[in-house]
Amino acid sequence: MDAQSPMFPSAYDLKAPAGAEGWEELYPYYLTFQPNLREQEDAKFWFCDSQHWPNPFKPFDAVTVEFAVKCLGQYNTRHYLVPPANGVDYRIHNGYCYMSPIAVAPELIEGRVPQFMDRAGHYFQNWPTLLENWHKKVRANIDEMEALEFEKLPETVSVEDVKGGVGLDNTTKLTETYDRAIQLLYRTWQYHFEFLNLGYAAYLDLFGFMKEQFPSIPDQAIAKMVQGHDSDLFRPDDELKKLARLAIELGLADALRSGSVDEALAQVGTRPNGEKWLAAWEEAKDPWFNYTTGNGFYSTDKYWIENLDIPMGYLRDYIARAEAGGTIERPTAELHAERDRITSEYQEMMEPEAQEVFQGKLGLARVVYPYVEDHNFYIEHWSMGVFWRKMRELSKLLSEEGFWPTEDGMFYLTRNEVRDVLFDYGNAWATGGDWIGPSYWPQEIERRRGIIDALSTEAPQPALNNPPEVITEPFTIMLWGITSDSIKNWTGGDDNSSDLTGMAASPGAVEGLARVIRSPEQLGEIQQGEILVAPVTAPSWAPVFGKIQATVTDIGGMMSHAAIVCREYGLPAVTGTGNGSSRIETGQRIRVDGNTGQVTILD
Amino acid sequence: MSDYTLPFDSIGSADHARVGGKCASLGEMTQAGVAVPPGFAVTTDAYKTMLEETGLCGEIEKQLARTDFDDVDSLDRSAQAIQVRFRSHHLPAAVEEAIRAGYEGMGADMPVAVRSSATAEDLPDASFAGQQDTYLWVVGAHDVIEHVRDCWASLFTARAMKYRHDHDLGQIDVLMSVAVQKMVNARAAGVAMTLDPLTGDKTRIVIDASYGLGELVVSGIVTPDNYSVEKVLMEVVDRKISDKHLELIPDAKAETTVERVVAEDRRKAQCLSDKEILAVAELAKRLEKQNGCPQDVEWALDADLPEGENLLALQSRPETVWSQKPKEKPKSAYATGMAGIVGALNNPIGAKN
Repeated sequence: MDAQSPMFPSAYDLKAPAGAEGWEELYPYYLTFQPNLREQEDAKFWFCDSQHWPNPFKPFDAVTVEFAVKCLGQYNTRHYLVPPANGVDYRIHNGYCYMSPIAVAPELIEGRVPQFMDRAGHYFQNWPTLLENWHKKVRANIDEMEALEFEKLPETVSVEDVKGGVGLDNTTKLTETYDRAIQLLYRTWQYHFEFLNLGYAAYLDLFGFMKEQFPSIPDQAIAKMVQGHDSDLFRPDDELKKLARLAIELGLADALRSGSVDEALAQVGTRPNGEKWLAAWEEAKDPWFNYTTGNGFYSTDKYWIENLDIPMGYLRDYIARAEAGGTIERPTAELHAERDRITSEYQEMMEPEAQEVFQGKLGLARVVYPYVEDHNFYIEHWSMGVFWRKMRELSKLLSEEGFWPTEDGMFYLTRNEVRDVLFDYGNAWATGGDWIGPSYWPQEIERRRGIIDALSTEAPQPALNNPPEVITEPFTIMLWGITSDSIKNWTGGDDNSSDLTGMAASPGAVEGLARVIRSPEQLGEIQQGEILVAPVTAPSWAPVFGKIQATVTDIGGMMSHAAIVCREYGLPAVTGTGNGSSRIETGQRIRVDGNTGQVTILD
Repeated sequence: MSDYTLPFDSIGSADHARVGGKCASLGEMTQAGVAVPPGFAVTTDAYKTMLEETGLCGEIEKQLARTDFDDVDSLDRSAQAIQVRFRSHHLPAAVEEAIRAGYEGMGADMPVAVRSSATAEDLPDASFAGQQDTYLWVVGAHDVIEHVRDCWASLFTARAMKYRHDHDLGQIDVLMSVAVQKMVNARAAGVAMTLDPLTGDKTRIVIDASYGLGELVVSGIVTPDNYSVEKVLMEVVDRKISDKHLELIPDAKAETTVERVVAEDRRKAQCLSDKEILAVAELAKRLEKQNGCPQDVEWALDADLPEGENLLALQSRPETVWSQKPKEKPKSAYATGMAGIVGALNNPIGAKN
């Protein structure tokens, strides 16, 4: 590489894969690199967020990146005035999402400090009450979303409405319901970041202090000091374990063992004690089965509550393991004891003055940190689960009205195009003519499907253009695990070497056979004792963590979901290897060292 | 077990007076879960019985009465006479039997070291007891018994007698215990420091390890493997594997150690398994906790002992280099509360990596 050429390619030189030409039209203009802005866009460093968005977006699904990243930014920039950091700019290129943090000009940083201290300080001081309020808001938001109903336009406006002098037709409610759904999603994502950035900030303070005290302290040791073990994020998995134990206790294990979900539940219903277990199952479903096998960012995410075969499969696995005498519960008492041991052993190595400071920072981090784990259930799992379900209902309705042949057709439209479709639908209904969509969308959706499929054939670039000398944006470091070092790893591109380097995210070292998993559908392929290798994992993969020995991911930092879950399950993890899932093949013998972040292909 | 011997792992604090300083410390380490080369103490009761039942006591007293402590020749003659007296007596049968049983319990024909373990009051420094009263490579119950007697006799060197005389310590009141301890047959050995000697980092345990006995590591003849263990998480975080061309191994027949060239296939292999590295680290960590300050620990893996019991602490001393450095004050006062958070945001640590 000569000194002049940038470390990573320019988006403007990255052509669309064959068959994906014209993909830009699938997204709003502000999401793509505009031809006339090349100079300024190329001057920025963009990294690919394949941690949250590992696959190319269908046009509708882009709403998740828009709302999420916009709302992340608003809190830094406009609510709390985080001194050095504004938000994170983002673009879609060749179907993948690229991020570029926007720093605050150095001369403006100092001026933001008083406002930040006042605003963020208020949150830190009133965390429990504000958080309680957050739960109420999010719950109300979910309830309202849950109550939304999309109804086909009837033959006539009801006589009651006519005689009641309502003066409005059924299209009004239909479009308003759609708009409301989008607005509720918008609120969801604002709430998501109301506490998250501050949670990271307090953690970062503790993190920096510990690194100053002990420069060589592993990141994971600090993470373990704050990790909660009763997080709502692990609750769905814990519920399945409880159901497994209860089934065994009530003598129902054999009734659940085989057949479809309906057959198994019916079988249980015929047994003495069956009702008791079924009541527990129902109880667990709401809300804990609002749990996705993905990460909540895609319309294709499968939620347990709509796919009961998924939790049933895990449940059967747990029953079998428990019957074989295995421990299926997480060792929470041990994890707590380990957390306390780690905390006190480091504290004992500090000077008395530092010990006091440590207690203060740790105390705050422990108050705010649970949100970092818990929110994921309420937003990505529960709220998004309801949202996607409502959108799928609408897509199905419009499919039945002839707009597209497949139930998922709507997701190939942008969210604003869906408004157009609803107007088209209502317009023709009003005029008594035919809606135009059925003659336009089926072939257009097919064309778009071809483009998305073509985009999916190519992996994203890890980054675009030149990185800054040092990465300083705190959230980039915490959320995405992107540091000057990790960027070096991405370019370390010797694909023939048998070594990969990533982040030492969860301790321990093991050797075993690799199993490369690219989508949740493949989770069933995992065999006992294998090492899970994936572009990224989701917390809801938890039930397979009882089977595997270790995890390797392409992307993610210390606080990535894979890292959190692995620490929780006591498995070694190396995250952020860049391209582990493409370099490692299923069946290869690999060594994963979660202490050093090294992965070695042994075959 | 008779009153005459006590295995190291049954020495309680109440026994300290009758097993002497060395055995007491071996007992303490064993009790605290730090394995040392196994063995047993021949107690002061055995010594007392020897003096009383054989008539030695009277013989010594008689000899002492004739001694002019200010006359070097007289003192030397007396010392020699007393030692001859010691060797002219068999040990009382019960004492002999106890030592024999203790030795045979260690395994057939185990090479042992027999060394004195003097009771504390008379020992301002170790040199007094003399370095000679340590006998290495002793094999067989008969020889062990002989050397126990030699240890006892070593209480009556001219120098020791003079010392006691000058300090008004009774000559016969000073009792001696003897340690019979397994010779270490090291498969691998080395040194563990409970801080990083290069940086003073207290979160690390740094281990040097090579094949055979540790002397070649200590003297620098062999470049050892070097492992770094994170002290709290107890994880191996760094390992440098060296070319370990020589090993020092015991040769019981020749009653010495011999240097041997390490076979090609072993030279560049990691000489401890990860499990063993962590066991050494645990041992060092325990000794640090026990002693309340960073330690420099000599250890060995004994090839004769079963797995899980084969890691032995040979010596543990306080680390001196970093522990004596004045503590560095933090460059600036710690920022706490919101000021801390602002500082962390403005200067996130990842930026410095």
